[in-house]
Amino acid sequence: MKRRSMIAALCALAFAATACGASTAGGDGELKGQSADIIGTWSGEEQVRFEKVLAAFSRKTGAQVRYTGAGDELPTVVQTRVSGGTPPSVALVAQPGFAAQLAKSGAIKPVSAEVEEAVGDNYAPIWKTLGSFDKKLYGVYFKVANKSTVWYNRKAFEDASLSVEQPASWEKFLETSRALADAGVPAVSVAGADGWTLTDWFENVYLRSAGAENYDKLAKHELSWTDPSVRVALQELAKLFGDQRLIEGGASGALQTEFPKSVTNVFGEPRKAAMVFEGDFVSGVINSSTKTVVGGDATFFSFPSVNGSAPAVVTGGDMAVQFKDDEVTNELMKFLASPEAGSVWAAEGGFLSASKGIEPASYPDDVTRELAQRILDAGDNVRFDLSDLTPAAFGGSKGTGMWKALQDFLADPKKIDETMERLETAAVKAYAP
Amino acid sequence: MTHALRGRRSVAEPGRSPGKAVLFLLPALLILGALVVYPLVYSLFRSFFDASGSRFVGLSNYVETFTDPRTLIAFRNNVIWVVVAPVAVTCLGLILAVLTERIRWATAFRLILFMPMAISLFASGIIFRLVYEEDPERGVVNAAMVGVHDVFASPSPYPGARPRSEFDASEDGYTGTATVSRGGVVSLPLVGYSRQQLPDSARPVSQPEAGGTEVRGAVWLDVSAGGRPGQIDPAELGLPGLTVELLRDGAVVSKTMTGDDGRFTFPDLGPGEFSVRLPADNFALPFRGLTWLGPTLVTPVIISSWIWIMTGFAITFIAAGLSAIPRDALEAARVDGATEWQVFKRVTVPLLAPVLLTVFVTLVINVLKIFELVFVIAPGSVQEEANVLALQMWQVSFGSGGDQGVGSALAIILFLLVAPAMLYNIRRFRRERS
Repeated sequence: MKRRSMIAALCALAFAATACGASTAGGDGELKGQSADIIGTWSGEEQVRFEKVLAAFSRKTGAQVRYTGAGDELPTVVQTRVSGGTPPSVALVAQPGFAAQLAKSGAIKPVSAEVEEAVGDNYAPIWKTLGSFDKKLYGVYFKVANKSTVWYNRKAFEDASLSVEQPASWEKFLETSRALADAGVPAVSVAGADGWTLTDWFENVYLRSAGAENYDKLAKHELSWTDPSVRVALQELAKLFGDQRLIEGGASGALQTEFPKSVTNVFGEPRKAAMVFEGDFVSGVINSSTKTVVGGDATFFSFPSVNGSAPAVVTGGDMAVQFKDDEVTNELMKFLASPEAGSVWAAEGGFLSASKGIEPASYPDDVTRELAQRILDAGDNVRFDLSDLTPAAFGGSKGTGMWKALQDFLADPKKIDETMERLETAAVKAYAP
Repeated sequence: MTHALRGRRSVAEPGRSPGKAVLFLLPALLILGALVVYPLVYSLFRSFFDASGSRFVGLSNYVETFTDPRTLIAFRNNVIWVVVAPVAVTCLGLILAVLTERIRWATAFRLILFMPMAISLFASGIIFRLVYEEDPERGVVNAAMVGVHDVFASPSPYPGARPRSEFDASEDGYTGTATVSRGGVVSLPLVGYSRQQLPDSARPVSQPEAGGTEVRGAVWLDVSAGGRPGQIDPAELGLPGLTVELLRDGAVVSKTMTGDDGRFTFPDLGPGEFSVRLPADNFALPFRGLTWLGPTLVTPVIISSWIWIMTGFAITFIAAGLSAIPRDALEAARVDGATEWQVFKRVTVPLLAPVLLTVFVTLVINVLKIFELVFVIAPGSVQEEANVLALQMWQVSFGSGGDQGVGSALAIILFLLVAPAMLYNIRRFRRERS
């Protein structure tokens, strides 16, 4: 969820500080007169859509729900409210590490048996594992992201006289990229100014080349960053990053490109590259900043398989956790775990769920349906964004740790050993007790 | 003696009713205590504890601060800032204040120069972020540089294009690995260039015939739907206007240009083996300006934007000081035959010295605390290279993992750096009053 800009976060903080969240009007129901408050990262249009979900809850139960958007600063806001003795009823947390910390300190409560049952029925087992700490289920993944998608512009392929064939393997992907470069189109726009996009590149290659088991170990730092499996992933990545013709603007140009720009490089005017890799939220940027139509010229393929790996998806997501154990909070959690809640937002667009209970027809278009289906198809081969699982000092900070090490790797992809050393040094420091 | 003592004491005593004085001072003291003294003392206290705030760690936060390479870069940058920025702004302010004093619309002029001060640093940062953007379509500076550059150097016909294979790349261009003798034919398939960008005059290419005392050949864009690499396919177009050189033993013997169908001919050749070279200036990438926000230039760029913002501040203060200089001193110097430069150097500047010093010290304090500009202007990939102490303090405390122990240590170090300048300014103010 790091894609939200600092400015949005500051606005959100200002909102939180002045306490002007919106609340839904209570209807007639068994919980009439009761109220709950919920904190999430969403602002703007996403907030409006989420409030529709909450309104559905209010209509159903009669309870009043108040939403506050805290942006990127959600952990700080939540932590402050917990220490101040006024925790929210529910928070939607994007960092599993933070949720684990809350569970350890006893700030959040395990979900009720009903919610656990709903999660068991509707989600692949991996989601239950991701929401559990110390063998108890604390969190329900309400909204998820598919961070294993490569978006491309059909026009770029047509102009290059290439047939629009979706590359299934990494080798094929590199081959397509070279063919594009031969036709005078830089293949990929890489948003190297934002370190988090580079961590997603690495995670996708690593999950496929080293397998889910190693991925889990690396996330916990049970595997060192100097492990040969890391080298293999970096070598694969260097095949792309090391060929300056394939990257829009070369490495130095990529290091000056921020995520929104990398999308407009592919889908805006003038078009500068053919493909951009990131999550499903790329479609949101295409819609808001370019005239290209998602599902028309703009479409995606899954991140290609490396050395014949099975389909896998790197995800992110917002996990609902409860701080209170009263009736209205339990009802709200139950509602958020139900397909009913997800369907409300799904119909609005810009939303993916890992819940099997949501009818594919609920999604507004084919592209979104496809994005959600890929997550369901990957089943237990879904892994949470590795950089979000590591301490923030390592995986989530501008200009340091994993972000900076991979940015320097992009600048000079020959420095594989040096990059591994740097990653390991930074990880040792960040994981130190 | 007693009189003098009594006189001095009357200044020091709070007056007839100390109780009332304390009552009046109390609100200010409370606010100062809560907002200045308490945070300061607490930061000092906090800097001796670990990240969680529960374990006393002595000086280890300070040790970590001085051994972390990021902090050392921040220190280095702060030194650059302090050495360059305040001097530049004070000098610019002085020059502009003296110059604008003589013109008719002095106030209007100064007002315009002062305007950047009215914009928040955050917004100014965003402005300069765009001004220095690398892409000439977005960054004004690079757009101007590209504009000037292209007036003097015409762009190459086929930027970025390259032969498909069998060529050695060097600084001079691409030289064919195979040799050819007279009567021979060379085919030069090129890739890496977009078909849509070809000139309208480009015609479909065809295979030249061998023969005579000539070397013939064709240069074409070897990209088409279903095209075979290295072969001339029906839909493929020649590249017109491309320079081709013929070499014998590394020396250029002939030079020609391709026609609309991409074909070229070197006529009337003697015997021997030749090689063909495509000079590099056919393919030079267009000039795109400088990477202003790259690791090497980012700090000078941010300093330049700070100078833009703060010059107005310096002008205002120095202009006020200028108007307080007695006119007769300047007149007397001029009557004595001093040139304007001498008047400026020997009279104006010495008389302005106290003002200049105050402006300078205030700017030093401001520069040491610089934060927003660096935070906004430096892209994530070079934030480490552009780092300064205040930004490092924020990142350590809140940005990454939240180690407020080390953050507090940095805050105390920053405070110790600013304090001498503050004390100096306060003492000067006091001396001026007495």
